[in-house]
Amino acid sequence: MADYEPKIVAFLCNWCAYAGADLAGVSRLQYPSNLRTIRVMCSGRIDPSFIIKAFQEGCDGVLVSG
Amino acid sequence: MAYAIDLDTCVGCGLCENMCMAKAIKYNDEEHETNVRVGSIILSPGTQGFDPTGYDIWGYGRFPNVVTSEGFERILSAGGPYFGHVMRPLDREEPKRIAWLQCVGSRDTHRCGNDYCSSVCCMYAVKEAMIAKEHIHGDIDTVIFYMDMRTVGKDYEKYFLRARDKDGVRFVKSRVHSIDEIPETGDLTVTYADESGNIIEEIFSMVVLSVGLTIPDTAIELANRLDIDLNKNNFVKTGPFTPVATSRPGIYTCGVFQGPKDIPGSVIEASAAACLAGADLSEARGKDTKVIELPKQKDITGEEPRIGVFVCNCGINIGGIIDVTSVQDYSAKLPNVVFTDQNLFTCSQDTQEKIKEKIKEHNLNRVVVASCSPKTHEPMFMETLEACGLNRYLFEMANIRNQDSWIHSKTPDLATQKAKDLVRMSVARAAALNPLKEKIINVIQRALVIGGGIAGMNSALSLAHQGFDVVILEKDRELGGFSRKLIHTIEGGDVQAYIKELIGKISAHHRINILKEANVTAFGGYKGNFTTDVIVGPDKEKHIIKHGVIIVATGANEYQPHEYLYGDDDRVMTQVELADRLENKGASDLKNIVMIQCVGSRNDENQECSRICCQSAIKNALDVKESNPDAQVFILYRDIRTYGLLEGFYTEARRKGVIFIQYKQDNPPDVQADSQGLFVTVRDHVLERDIRIQTDLLALSTGFVAADTEKLSRIMKLNRNPEGYFLEAHVKLRPVDMPGDGIFLCGTAHGPKLISEAISQAQAAASRATTFLANSEIKLSAITAKVDIEHCVKCLTCVRSCPFEVPVFNLTEKVIEIDEAMCHGCGVCAGVCPRQAIQLSFYEDDQIACKIDALLAGGM
Repeated sequence: MADYEPKIVAFLCNWCAYAGADLAGVSRLQYPSNLRTIRVMCSGRIDPSFIIKAFQEGCDGVLVSG
Repeated sequence: MAYAIDLDTCVGCGLCENMCMAKAIKYNDEEHETNVRVGSIILSPGTQGFDPTGYDIWGYGRFPNVVTSEGFERILSAGGPYFGHVMRPLDREEPKRIAWLQCVGSRDTHRCGNDYCSSVCCMYAVKEAMIAKEHIHGDIDTVIFYMDMRTVGKDYEKYFLRARDKDGVRFVKSRVHSIDEIPETGDLTVTYADESGNIIEEIFSMVVLSVGLTIPDTAIELANRLDIDLNKNNFVKTGPFTPVATSRPGIYTCGVFQGPKDIPGSVIEASAAACLAGADLSEARGKDTKVIELPKQKDITGEEPRIGVFVCNCGINIGGIIDVTSVQDYSAKLPNVVFTDQNLFTCSQDTQEKIKEKIKEHNLNRVVVASCSPKTHEPMFMETLEACGLNRYLFEMANIRNQDSWIHSKTPDLATQKAKDLVRMSVARAAALNPLKEKIINVIQRALVIGGGIAGMNSALSLAHQGFDVVILEKDRELGGFSRKLIHTIEGGDVQAYIKELIGKISAHHRINILKEANVTAFGGYKGNFTTDVIVGPDKEKHIIKHGVIIVATGANEYQPHEYLYGDDDRVMTQVELADRLENKGASDLKNIVMIQCVGSRNDENQECSRICCQSAIKNALDVKESNPDAQVFILYRDIRTYGLLEGFYTEARRKGVIFIQYKQDNPPDVQADSQGLFVTVRDHVLERDIRIQTDLLALSTGFVAADTEKLSRIMKLNRNPEGYFLEAHVKLRPVDMPGDGIFLCGTAHGPKLISEAISQAQAAASRATTFLANSEIKLSAITAKVDIEHCVKCLTCVRSCPFEVPVFNLTEKVIEIDEAMCHGCGVCAGVCPRQAIQLSFYEDDQIACKIDALLAGGM
């Protein structure tokens, strides 16, 4: 497990979490690069099927933030 | 953003000009004069923090661990010298104990002569202490040494209470008289007298000086050049009823140059100044506007996707970490990609031209830009697409800077890998995009102002001056609101004369329609197209008003006290009633007058400070002294909150012999009336004994309570805070906008404030409304939800789930309808629809799902 690198999909709300992820960049915060972001207009837009789909296709974690 | 060369530091080698890849440096650029013809001027030169260098007692400049609050802001900042890690300058050790010293360069007639309060330092010190606690996870003792805590803004008192009661920030009421350094450790000894007069020494790792706001010399020179009057502290001289107008017609001011204030106050005044400047020029509005002519949109129906990918280096921001060439090469192999390129700065003007050329040359029908954030740059690239006939929604961005190179700068290979993944996802989404049409709606160029007090009347008048029709609703029989009860402002402005003049102006204005005894009964529509039903007058006449914007100015009321024998004894009255008494009868018959502060404010029922009561007490106290200098006035207070230039009146009151006695919240004054007279007993914390005062009159400094707007807020769907004041869209940056588009807020409906502040906020609301009304039509975003009627089973999940109550069930057609003008484009309905019968344009199911597919198909 030492070299285990999880694949994480993040669904981020355009107005808060996505802006926060941008700000993390502006502030030059550093965090592991395992996250891939999908921007949505609201976390409420996320159909549960998107999350299941991500897991089905081999994703190790899903982050919904909004 | 623009940069200039610091000529004091530059050695003149010229290397920068050669190094700059964007060729953005004009090395031989010289200062030159330009003449601009303008109709009005707004002065907003800002402020500079007080410089404590050279003042012995603070040791700033001598002791490395004494910093200013501005310096401490830098220490807290992620972009600051220690990257946001809280360290003290001397040895880069994490401080264990930090002290803040308030009123450095403010409220100080002895050392620097700044006899005003800077208004912002109490709040920022509380904020800095809380952030320091947040950044240092272990034990840290934070102490704020203050004279009066002046947390007077909307919700500010709650913030202060949270710091004190939950976060454990210590507050010590004392003005520190000296700081000494312990040379061995660099720690600092702070010596002060506590409230009982005992001298105490405490040792701190660091001391932060909460420096006040001052006016820079350059601003003073500017004012002199323009021949406008400044007051003795170099703030612009303005009147209580003309808060942003300078002494010279056509020149306005805003921000700290007008007087010390915080961000929301500055933003409000900025809009107010823009309103007045714009009203002067309203005839010329739109004359110099250039209209962009767009080419006819290309029809791409039936075309296979032809995607162009433009990868950005962003100077070295991306290119210095990510291997941009390998990302570009990689993207060339992705499905549907027919062209790739990389640019030094993809956002530059010349790159836009290049993108346009490439779109035409390669007949591209989708564009992907891999660069910074769509939050900042998507609209600009979309315009580039439109400019060459491509629908703006055929565009997608991959965020490889903010969310990649900047956050993974230590792992460039992984950052490059991530960039490839993000580009692959974006390319997949681009292929799934469709052209969208933006609906254009007309704007009804009429405003509805709810409330006919000082705020409502000012916003109505300002809008009429801008050339727009206004309907103003007043629930009472008379205009004027609460101000009808007021005599004069603390500066001496005659309130009754002012509102008489104001009522005269709005009554005479042909663009203003005044409806009295008016109540809103129904409301509907959306930005630019509202319809409000109103019942007017004693005969309950029904009016239907069509309007494009709303200004909410419903005001607030004086708190009606039940404390301190109010209502039981005629000698107990509110400050408003006292002012009335002084106006009619003077104070010659009075020997002793006691005033009690914070009645109905800053207590368990109402945590908030009412902002204006300290100055009303001092105003009346000064009036008493004016009428009868021998009368004794006692003000029993918790903190005297004469913020900004009001501090001068507090000083004047003390000079004239008004006696201020502090009491504690848990030990309030006791009031008794018997046959001998009216007696007030208060614990004096210096003498540590009770003082009993026989008084002729007791004035209660009652605060504000929000007006009863429960029904109105329900009908118009306007949100209020727990105290009943309406909510603004953003407390700092959008203080007069309400969350709904086209709806604005001003006056005491927003929160307690002075007349001058209500006037500037009213002008600000009019200014914000003008930006909306100035366009006869508005283009709506095409990102809206659409119902597939064929698949919809009318389960009403969308109707129940929409936070904006937009989907409705049409009873005649038996279908769900979503009005695209009202839709906010969040897509909640699309997410909850069990039949996937609702799609959010630009974020359709397959346009999101394809990104998941593309990501995981690539193995990540």
